[in-house]
Amino acid sequence: MANLRIEHLYKRYGAAKVLNDVNLTMEDGEFVVLVGPSGCGKSTLLRMIAGLDGASGGDIHIAGKLVNTLAPAERGIAMVFQSYALYPHMNVRKNMTFGLKFTGVPPAERERRVAEAARMLRLEELLERYPRDLSGGQRQRVAIGRAIVREPAVFLFDEPLSNLDAALRVSTRVEIANLHRVLKATIVYVTHDQVEAMTLADRIVVMNKGCIEQVGKPLELYYAPANLFVAGFIGSPAMNFFEAKVERIEGGCARVAGAGFRSFDLPTTSLKVGDVLTVGVRPEHLARGTDGVFAVEGVVELVERLGESSFAYLRRADGRLFVAEVRGRQTPTPGERTTLTATTQDVHVFDASGFRVSMQNNS
Amino acid sequence: MKVEQRAGRFAVHLVLIAYCALAVGPILLVVMNSFKARNAIFGAPLAPPDAATFSLVGYEKVLRASNILTYYSNSLIVTLVSMALVLLFGAMAAWALTEYRFRGSTALALFLSIGIMVPIRLGSVAILNMMRSAGLNDTLTALILVYVAQGLPMSIFILSEFMQQIPKDLRDAARCDGVPETRIFFEVVAPLLRPAIATVAVFTVVPIWNDLWFPLILTSSDSTHTVTLGVQQFLGQYITDWNSVLAALSMAILPVVVIYVILSRQLIAGLTSGAVK
Repeated sequence: MANLRIEHLYKRYGAAKVLNDVNLTMEDGEFVVLVGPSGCGKSTLLRMIAGLDGASGGDIHIAGKLVNTLAPAERGIAMVFQSYALYPHMNVRKNMTFGLKFTGVPPAERERRVAEAARMLRLEELLERYPRDLSGGQRQRVAIGRAIVREPAVFLFDEPLSNLDAALRVSTRVEIANLHRVLKATIVYVTHDQVEAMTLADRIVVMNKGCIEQVGKPLELYYAPANLFVAGFIGSPAMNFFEAKVERIEGGCARVAGAGFRSFDLPTTSLKVGDVLTVGVRPEHLARGTDGVFAVEGVVELVERLGESSFAYLRRADGRLFVAEVRGRQTPTPGERTTLTATTQDVHVFDASGFRVSMQNNS
Repeated sequence: MKVEQRAGRFAVHLVLIAYCALAVGPILLVVMNSFKARNAIFGAPLAPPDAATFSLVGYEKVLRASNILTYYSNSLIVTLVSMALVLLFGAMAAWALTEYRFRGSTALALFLSIGIMVPIRLGSVAILNMMRSAGLNDTLTALILVYVAQGLPMSIFILSEFMQQIPKDLRDAARCDGVPETRIFFEVVAPLLRPAIATVAVFTVVPIWNDLWFPLILTSSDSTHTVTLGVQQFLGQYITDWNSVLAALSMAILPVVVIYVILSRQLIAGLTSGAVK
């Protein structure tokens, strides 16, 4: 187990910049999830940590050692692939021991490690089977087992759950979380699924267009997104955004006004009159009623019922749609006009360049 | 719709049956007549051997009177060694061309594809000169070298196509596992290429075994003749010993059939199923 340090990492393919000045430090035993839309460079970053792709610039340190020029096997990493990448002509036992032969692990030790991993992942009965005879979930467990027996300093997971069906994805997710608890391993995990990111991560790295947008604990990202991209990316359905302007400054508060919602006072000193803002409110933070500083009125157009709650799509006075999550049995009916409100701490305000505006009584 | 489908199927089978008859007919004729007495071969060439016409005289003559066993082993050595070399070097070259980017890799691939387009026989004179000056004239080595050169371009082409279908993740996984590149090639990639290798082997073996041209120009002594060339000695300008010719030809067919039967088992696809989703 070890820490991981990435400094000023670049990756270019010709003129295309895939990674642009990525900096990241991971503590020993930390579970870090790289998340972002497809093409944001998260898989490339993982492959570069693994040593499968070279860097165009920058340094990668694993366990305090510069590994830029080392081959994957010398870096002390183990990778689990989305496609499992099991050797089809070898049985489960051979799949797990194959690599160990070349790294100087004596046979007895190999057997011990395989037995240990098999016990941990409930693979004991499958050791003599071939990958073609295994289900998707079993194959993924074998792939994880193959990583465990290497006893790596850092585990790398590349979207390991995306080939599994929904139920299996949940149970394997729990298994990976357990594994992290038991092994106390340093893990870098790539996914585009924010539920995986939120549930598994100690810290989440949100990436977009080859850059890191924000690094933080899952709830930090949820409650205090640093910019518009993170605000829109974390949370489902996505945050509602309202265009706004600072109308006046009065007694340490900025009066924020815009089309479709009631003007409100924002306790901040960092704004001036005329500043263009974006106000964001998550659907789950909008509630029926009149209390709360933020209030928006709309006509219900469409209701999606999920059981525990419903998503109501409402049309604002200025013609734009927004979403609200309505809890309980009382679902709104289409055509209904209603006012929804949110409290100050659930209102996120971003400036013209997309950065979060800090509030005095809010983070 | 259904009638049309059935008619279509019938037409396809008709074509296939006709083709089979065309391909198998002459071989059947050769094998059948090799077991008949000389009179019967000419009297009723299309009749199968019966009690009255059955005769092994051709086989007896071939085995007794000629060096057929030497020819046979020459053919086997040349064919098998050539096949092994073509497969080994072909697979290794295909691996290099598909897996690694290096200066001139595209040019090299293009150069090799020229080898597919230009028949090697065009260079017969040059090859003969080359072999003579290298002191390889009238040796099996000369034949093997020529056949390896002849078989390589196509085998590299076919094997690269197959190699590209092997999921890249497998090689990456092996690299993360610490498997050296040569072992990745021999223990991960090569086993998965088995169907392709079998295909290439068949494509390589048949023309080599059947080749008459290069043994004719490159070998001169009896001890280096191959089967196809050896059979020629029964074909005279005035008298042809048909019994012996047919018997020798029948024996020459056998190894190709055996090799094909062995390899066709490997031609089962779907070996990669289970590797990735």
